[in-house]
Amino acid sequence: MSQQSIAVTTHASEPFRWKRFFSPENRYLAPAFITCILIVGHLSFGILESYKKTGVAIAASLLAELILGGILSGKWPNLASAYISGISVGILVRSPAFWPYAICAVVSIMSKYVLRLKGRHIWNPSNFGISVLLFLAPETVATLSIQWGNYLLPMVVIWVLGSIIIWRVRRFHITGTYVVCFLVFAILRSYLTGSPWQSEVAPLTGPMYQLFIFFMITDPKTTVRSKFWQCVVVSFVALAEMILRLSQVVYAPFYALFLVGPAALLIEMWFDSRRTAPVRVAA
Amino acid sequence: MRGPIARIALAVVFVGLVISPLIIKRFASRNDRATTQLDPKAALARHGFYLEEVSHAAGVNFVHQAPTLDPRLNHIMPQVASMGASVSIVDFDHDGWPDIYVTTSKEGGKNALYRNLHDGTFKDVAEEMGVADVNRPGTGVSMSAVWGDYDNDGFEDLLLIKWGKPELFHNDGGHGFTRVTDQAGLPPWINANTALWFDYDGDGLLDLFIGGYYSEDVDLWHLASTKMMPDSFEYAKNGGRKYLFHNLGSGKFEEVSAKLGINSRRWALASAAADLRGTGHPDLFVANDYGVSELYFNDGKSFHEVGEQTGVGFAPKSGMNASFGDILNQGRYAVYVSNISEDGVLIQGNNLWMPKEGTSGENLKFENLARDFGVEIGGWSFGAQFGDLNNDGTLDLYLTNGYVSLDRNRSYWYDFSKIAGGHSLIIEDAKNWPAMEGRSLSGYQAKHVWLNDGSGKFIDVAQAVGVTDTYDGRAVALADLWNRGVLDVVVANQRGPLLIYKNTVTPENKWVEFELEGTKSNRSAIGAQVTVFWNGQQQVQEVSGGSGFAAQNQRRLHFGLGKIAQVEKAVIRWPGGQIQTIENPAANEIHVIKESS
Repeated sequence: MSQQSIAVTTHASEPFRWKRFFSPENRYLAPAFITCILIVGHLSFGILESYKKTGVAIAASLLAELILGGILSGKWPNLASAYISGISVGILVRSPAFWPYAICAVVSIMSKYVLRLKGRHIWNPSNFGISVLLFLAPETVATLSIQWGNYLLPMVVIWVLGSIIIWRVRRFHITGTYVVCFLVFAILRSYLTGSPWQSEVAPLTGPMYQLFIFFMITDPKTTVRSKFWQCVVVSFVALAEMILRLSQVVYAPFYALFLVGPAALLIEMWFDSRRTAPVRVAA
Repeated sequence: MRGPIARIALAVVFVGLVISPLIIKRFASRNDRATTQLDPKAALARHGFYLEEVSHAAGVNFVHQAPTLDPRLNHIMPQVASMGASVSIVDFDHDGWPDIYVTTSKEGGKNALYRNLHDGTFKDVAEEMGVADVNRPGTGVSMSAVWGDYDNDGFEDLLLIKWGKPELFHNDGGHGFTRVTDQAGLPPWINANTALWFDYDGDGLLDLFIGGYYSEDVDLWHLASTKMMPDSFEYAKNGGRKYLFHNLGSGKFEEVSAKLGINSRRWALASAAADLRGTGHPDLFVANDYGVSELYFNDGKSFHEVGEQTGVGFAPKSGMNASFGDILNQGRYAVYVSNISEDGVLIQGNNLWMPKEGTSGENLKFENLARDFGVEIGGWSFGAQFGDLNNDGTLDLYLTNGYVSLDRNRSYWYDFSKIAGGHSLIIEDAKNWPAMEGRSLSGYQAKHVWLNDGSGKFIDVAQAVGVTDTYDGRAVALADLWNRGVLDVVVANQRGPLLIYKNTVTPENKWVEFELEGTKSNRSAIGAQVTVFWNGQQQVQEVSGGSGFAAQNQRRLHFGLGKIAQVEKAVIRWPGGQIQTIENPAANEIHVIKESS
């Protein structure tokens, strides 16, 4: 989960305005939202493994960003993105041990600096970190796979608030497309496997998906540029997820984004390079 | 610092970090498990004991059978009908030798009461004693049994809990049992998996706690609705109610749970009672499936729930066991709660709740040190018991596990995790659950026998000491079955055989056992604490009226002493509050102690 690439405009002397707060220019909107989810989810239902573990994830993430940003760019980086990555790891990773939180957070941040092509990082940081950990340390790590509480209200609040925020930052089309595709593919899976359709739709009602669709797949840094192709790519993420689900892969959404997201970016870069390549003149 | 060298260094560190989980796994697996197969001599030399499975040689050929519930549950029957194998140890005929009662759960199936014949074998006498035919169609099926002398006549009586009608049987002098359920005033139907005897008010009469699992208005054979599953995987509150039956003294019981502060509809799977605060009153620990554990402090007149306050009731898991043990010989109990861990899907980890340094009484707090102590990951864990298996003076831990073992090559976990993450409206309705179609769910798991090194570390020696079965284990009970001064292990398996692991312990290690009988206190002495002082250390144990999962250990308390044959003293605190001190009790002896009047 990365952060808006749009520059920050400061209005320190002006009074607080809701409209400005919910504007695409506010790069602290997403951190504020995910913090709210964390606090409400934990105080209501104890979603965190522990404060300490989430603290470790956030601290490791911030520290990695500070050090790497300082070393490689020579200036202090804005920490909003690292904060989102850390808090996402803190919420999504479930492990009795401390080390997975630290390693996942650091690997997530490092992936931004190491796995780069033409100045862009190609994996969503926390998607990369979590996927790697799930793949390599399944005996120690799982992800948040349960619901929060028995009540509809928290889910509705998160969906409504999340939708408003995502709409305000002009990325609702990504989330909306994914949800529609997921539902269609869920019905298709139900038809193909004979499972009740409710069980196929069930994951979408859990908090893991709420974080996934509001924060992970909408990351501006690791999505393609055009609105149309963003919708196409996220449809392919949903399709890849369906294929993985038919193979009974528990963490299908993470792996689907892990596979499709970078592929889409690479294709976009390839098209860009073709467009900007110098025209050869025959001698 | 922005040159290619920095970037190469960064890439190397990155790769190192990415592969670090593999390195950690390799390192951990090397340390955690002794992987050698059983070699008795080597096991004795290295671990001080080994276990041999002797059920057939002992004349025990009991196989648990699961029930067949409402046909609307057929698609998920193996996971719904996944409990009911239980074991309890009792000396029902008062001959000084432990007997074994085991339950089956098939409609019409017969439970067994294995009388100890003193020659290494047992004989099933349940039929002639009148406690076999207790699973008749329409009355539900057995889930667990606990023994306690509720009328203080010197013979242990039997409480049988079922998904169905609970039954109380009076022990008629060891010659037979009389059904006294109706006189006792027990409810017509409870879907319960846990019960225990304890004297919560110290009046000398054993009271009774029963924890419901499915709601009591659910008849699993004739469902009114398929909306009978938990409404959450971790926050469910639509389970069975809890019952606290106060013993009125004339074979009658009064249900007082709500009056005394026990109000819960969590899905209870295990319970145990012990005096955690030194008040003289047993506190009650309830491990709940699909939610947090509950701890009820007992002031002798009422209970108040302190799970969250003490730390044991905040993070919801899938509690399936509750057992107490003074594992550091500090005179304080740890509580072991088993949960679910499945590689790559769900890593809840078991809980070892240790009392926090500097906290006691009303301010008692616990911290989970399962990982630090090495007893955290145990698969789909069920019953566990603390006991000194090698008589070295520290309590070890035996854990059984495994949920549904069907097709070895096909797992139900993907579908299970899919539905478990769904909203309550989806998860609570059984018809929404994908069909199991013969797939396993955490099946064929290796068991754990964790040996305590006395300094806060447990090492798994299961394979090395001969515990190699992979049945779907449920209940574990420890008892000195043949009065040899060692703890044998009896394991009840779901849809599997009853296993008796006979223990052989190095003779270098000494032991002492205490068989207690109350006079002013309840005659079973349930709740009596014995603290043994030897070699500059102490260990406390308490007579239990039920612990672990669907199990009851022998009432006799067993202490290993290591190589030290000299016991300084044993201090008994009876449930009535009286303190009795036995100076220099001889080692390698069973001491039969009557409460002094």
